[in-house]
Amino acid sequence: MKRLMASLLLIAWWQAAAAQEPAPVAPGTLEPPGMVTAVDAPNDEGQAVNVSWERSPQDAGDATAFKGYRIDRAPDRAGPWTEAGFVIGGKTQFQDTGVRAGQTYFYRVAAVAPDDRAAEAGPVGPAVPRAQWFNTSRVNVLVFTGLLSFLIIWYIERAKRGEPLYIRKIQGLDAIDDAVGRATEMGKPILYSFGLGEIRDIVTVASLAILRQVAVRCAEHGTELLVPNWDPIVMAAAQETVQQAYAEPGRPDLYKEGNISFLTTDQFGYAAGVDGMIVRQKPGAIFFLGYFYAEALIMSETGHSVGAIQIAGTTAITQLPFFIASCDYTLIGEEMLAASCYIKRDPQLLGSLKGEDLFKAALILGFAAMAVMGTASVILDNGGSPGLLRVFRAIGEWFATV
Amino acid sequence: MTSVIGTWIAAGLTLAIFSFLYRDNPAYKFAEHLYVGVSAAFAVLYTWAFDIWPMLVEPMILGRGVADPVDRWILIVPACFGLLMLARWIPRVAWLSRWAISLTVGIAAGLGITGQIQGILLPQIRGTLLPMNSIDNIILVVGVITTLVYFYFSVEHKGLVKAGARIGVVFIMASFGASFGYTVMARISLLIGRLNFLVTDWLHLFR
Repeated sequence: MKRLMASLLLIAWWQAAAAQEPAPVAPGTLEPPGMVTAVDAPNDEGQAVNVSWERSPQDAGDATAFKGYRIDRAPDRAGPWTEAGFVIGGKTQFQDTGVRAGQTYFYRVAAVAPDDRAAEAGPVGPAVPRAQWFNTSRVNVLVFTGLLSFLIIWYIERAKRGEPLYIRKIQGLDAIDDAVGRATEMGKPILYSFGLGEIRDIVTVASLAILRQVAVRCAEHGTELLVPNWDPIVMAAAQETVQQAYAEPGRPDLYKEGNISFLTTDQFGYAAGVDGMIVRQKPGAIFFLGYFYAEALIMSETGHSVGAIQIAGTTAITQLPFFIASCDYTLIGEEMLAASCYIKRDPQLLGSLKGEDLFKAALILGFAAMAVMGTASVILDNGGSPGLLRVFRAIGEWFATV
Repeated sequence: MTSVIGTWIAAGLTLAIFSFLYRDNPAYKFAEHLYVGVSAAFAVLYTWAFDIWPMLVEPMILGRGVADPVDRWILIVPACFGLLMLARWIPRVAWLSRWAISLTVGIAAGLGITGQIQGILLPQIRGTLLPMNSIDNIILVVGVITTLVYFYFSVEHKGLVKAGARIGVVFIMASFGASFGYTVMARISLLIGRLNFLVTDWLHLFR
């Protein structure tokens, strides 16, 4: 009796388990996908073809009942065919990136069952991947680049003609002269660091202009200037800058190339080296102007510990709080670029800053106008008039980038 | 045995660097000079092994991995610009190094303009186009506008501009405060990692 009960239970369990298994696709019922198309992918360098299709009737979203779609590619309608890719069921698109620009390709798409039977649709084509001159999805980038460039060039031309272009004085610039004077009075050297900025960083270029101002003051007062570098190319540019600056007040004899030295390209190796220079040479003033990472606080705290007056400036947003906490003056972000313009009065720098300023003014007005429009559109939408909301959203979408 | 020696050297150098917290001392000086020297030497080897050899010597001189002769010999151009940097050692032709520097700066500026507009400026503009129908949106829009006012350099900070700039400074400082706290947390986790190495890997106090 027990054996009979056990057998019945086993049979019942097996039947229940079998009932939960998906019904396999019966032979002969696998249908191919419909409406297969293959077209050149837009806005690329001719390196892709977009293949799309309509789902096979057997593709009902069950992965155990329908495996997926195999996409085959051939240089001719007659073949030979090679597999370009495979996507799971439910997908209706595939981008073939294994193609070359200018070549002709034909495609077919096969619905594949779990037992690897396939039902093919196609071939379709020819599809010829071609490079596009313009990426139409980036028209907004083109418009903004053109607008910004126009404003900057316009202001540069005005500056070149000698038109007086006003820039407000940047707080902290006076501190540069004060710091050099204080170090001179104390008979101590001045240390200047670019941080981990490379020559291609705009902030490093701006820092070179400020270094020139500092070096001129050092040459006038006969104060030693130390510039330890993380990047050898920045070091070369700094040597050029300081050498020219020392010649300006007629003191090229004071220029020491060895004072503008290379330490290492390792972040914390550089920080350790600068710390060592600070604690041993005890500079009277330290300038941290450039691009900094985690070494910013280590170096500025060390500078603070030896009692140096410290002036910092960077566009590295994460490091600015540490400079503000540990330095006497901090130039925040674009203030540093503005400071270099204020010092140098070079038409190109001045024009760039003024052009950006006009652009910022346009942004301020634009944000304010859009805030009013957005608020009105939400209110009107609640009142049953969604037209303005659609316009507001369309404007927002125009700024989307790919 | 090798790993034990390595652990002891690492622990000793860690303590030597930490000793700077007390004051400058010979142990710190040794560790500092060792670190700077080793990292500089490593950078030279790294540049040779990962830049010059695979990106210049192998494709151009040995002809590996390049089928098109144009792709192979076009590398002479960057190679020449790289050699121009060495002209700094010869005072009479030191000015030639400026060509290489100019090229680097020019390319970086050109690429940077579109990169910044596409990657930073446009997404931020899009994120700021908001209706003023929630506290979050009001804070965001007012914060962006007043911060832009602070960084507007063409007018003196007086009157309405001054008021706007001051509000902008409040937003900037609030952002810096949050960033400060966040970064300090990250630094403390680095410290914990180093102390964990000392007490676990070196002293074996914990498993």
